[in-house]
Amino acid sequence: MSTETKPQIDIDRSAGDFRYEMDYAYDAGVGLTEATIDYISDVKGDPDWVRAFRKEGYRKFLEKPMPTNWATKDLDNIVFENIRYYLAQGQQASRSWDDVPAEMKETFERLGIPEQERKFLAGVEAQFDSEAAYSNIKAAVGEQGVIFVGSTDGLKEHPELFKKWFGKVIPSGDNKFSALNSAVFSGGSFIYVPPGVKVKHPLQAYFRINAQNFGQFERTLIIADEGAEVTYMEGCTAPKFETATLHSAVVELVAMKGAKIQYITVQNWSSNVFNLVTKRGLAHEDAEIKWIDCNIGSRLTMKYPGVVMKGKGARGEVVSIALAGDGQHQDTGAKMIHAADNTTSNIISKSISLGTGRSTYRGMVHVPKHLKGCKNNTECDALLINSHSRTDTYPAISVRGQGNAVQHEASVSQISSEQIFYMQQRGLSEAAAMSLAVNGFVNDLVQQFPMEYSVELKRLIDLEMEGSVG
Amino acid sequence: MPVPSLSILDLHASIGDKPILKGLTLEIPKGEVHAIMGKNGSGKSTLAKIMAGHPDYTVTSGDVLLDGESILGMEPDVRARLGLFLAFQYPMEIPGVTIANFIRAALQSRLPEGEDIDAIDYYENLYKKMDLLSMSRSFTSRSVNEGFSGGEKKRCEILQMAMLQPSYAVLDETDSGLDIDALKIVSAGVNSLRGPNIGMLVITHYQRLLDYIVPDKVHVMSEGRIILSGEKDLALKLEAEGYDWVEKEYQAA
Repeated sequence: MSTETKPQIDIDRSAGDFRYEMDYAYDAGVGLTEATIDYISDVKGDPDWVRAFRKEGYRKFLEKPMPTNWATKDLDNIVFENIRYYLAQGQQASRSWDDVPAEMKETFERLGIPEQERKFLAGVEAQFDSEAAYSNIKAAVGEQGVIFVGSTDGLKEHPELFKKWFGKVIPSGDNKFSALNSAVFSGGSFIYVPPGVKVKHPLQAYFRINAQNFGQFERTLIIADEGAEVTYMEGCTAPKFETATLHSAVVELVAMKGAKIQYITVQNWSSNVFNLVTKRGLAHEDAEIKWIDCNIGSRLTMKYPGVVMKGKGARGEVVSIALAGDGQHQDTGAKMIHAADNTTSNIISKSISLGTGRSTYRGMVHVPKHLKGCKNNTECDALLINSHSRTDTYPAISVRGQGNAVQHEASVSQISSEQIFYMQQRGLSEAAAMSLAVNGFVNDLVQQFPMEYSVELKRLIDLEMEGSVG
Repeated sequence: MPVPSLSILDLHASIGDKPILKGLTLEIPKGEVHAIMGKNGSGKSTLAKIMAGHPDYTVTSGDVLLDGESILGMEPDVRARLGLFLAFQYPMEIPGVTIANFIRAALQSRLPEGEDIDAIDYYENLYKKMDLLSMSRSFTSRSVNEGFSGGEKKRCEILQMAMLQPSYAVLDETDSGLDIDALKIVSAGVNSLRGPNIGMLVITHYQRLLDYIVPDKVHVMSEGRIILSGEKDLALKLEAEGYDWVEKEYQAA
């Protein structure tokens, strides 16, 4: 019998729209210069190689132009001089909620994080502005040798592992925003799962922006050693400010032979946040990396999770849901780089545009000539709710050589007035009918999220749909 | 206190500039089953949509009363929650929304805010009604009307009617696209819902359906009006002699 579950997580737009006045102990000030970077390196106690890495990132950031030749001109509205690049109370994450500063603890309690941790998570990291305020894993998981700490602690406590993979999947000069992140990164997670260890419950990170005119630049590195399995989930919120906030993360995944990593994002930033994120995974032989990416919030999101299939038989997958409401632009997609024989990739993307919302799909699939037995499947479906809504699709597929197969399907549809009439005739209000139809459109993808998230997703979609018709 | 009824009073309606209903009057008392017959293009299906509040049509004069209350000017969902049900000739597909969730949402819409349907009672009731219509349990997890055969779509309409328990139901060409076995099942389902608490208006082109759903009254519609009303044997006469004689004889009147 199928029964719906009551929403267990109370997170929605309005629930995240609050903030606390903070007196930050560490503040790099406004604007970005080499001095800003030195300040960050000093307070974090970076080793020399990290300081050099940051400086190099900074140089590349200055060199690279805004990608407005292909991306939206809205990027020009980011004023880098007005942003604060580092705000923290301290660099050490607490292992117990009791030791987390009161305002931060209260913030995460209002967002329901400690409750979720008790219910179904193997570990939680909670980042408040620039640093993790809390980071802990269940004892049983820790005993298996799983490392789950903030990136600052990861660098200090596990320098060899960290240095081996850090910046290797996404070089600092990959794009202007990965360069910026490389210069000022702080926070994010460092995860290592030893060979053969399968982490049963998800590890979760929660990113919270509290300060105005702030940029959050977390850096996450996840390494699943041979045959290991791990699921990581991230959520985020920020209060709605008058001015723009920048969130620019870099996430690198490394799946060794036969390992599996599943990375789940539910992005619900407030509508003043520029969310410009670079995410890529490196899959070795027979490894599998799956990005499940849901973008509901932000003013502009640009994010194209990728998988480099470096070993034979590796698999990459991106499942993506984007909802672009009034004034929002969700520019999302996927990159699949086939670099070995018999590698397979799958991209499924569904976007919904409503009101003046705009969704863009950009997909890149690359199979070089010398490879054999590679397969890609791409499906991208867009749903338009109103006549002002907009959707664009830019697939770039380069497949060379013999014996490689690609399949690409795209569709754009609208909810018809006859469908709405039919549902209204059964008693549903116009808005309820819209919500139901939209939830139906993404239903098959929502099923792939863990239950707690799928319930939240449905609620978020309902909230977005409210007042979108009339 | 008059007998509760669904009454249509001198209704005129148009789509754009084109008049479709031209003074249609009809009363369906609760507890009775009436049939409207007529040629294609006589406005039968349009009448059903106008009663349900389809936004494409404009009512220019006249009224539709549900138990004495005018429903014109109400949104389609308000009319539905008041007790008006339309079984569609061409039910719409709603991809990704299961039948179980759809009917549940429809029932939920009738409850006051903060009240929830009891899931166990709901499924018990749903399965009972499905058995009545010889529907397999697996039906509940299929998306509404998506990939359904003609017969499945019509059965699904009657299932929704059985679950929502309307006080008045309009069945628009429910027999179209049905083979004889499906027709029997659907008719048996409709007949099981007949009773003192529901009035039904069965719209059909063919007498065949009325062999299985025997009406209390039969009305003939032509060019946007009811031109003749009679007992159930009128349907047989129409079947035998066609519509032309009625139109010739009564159109002018």
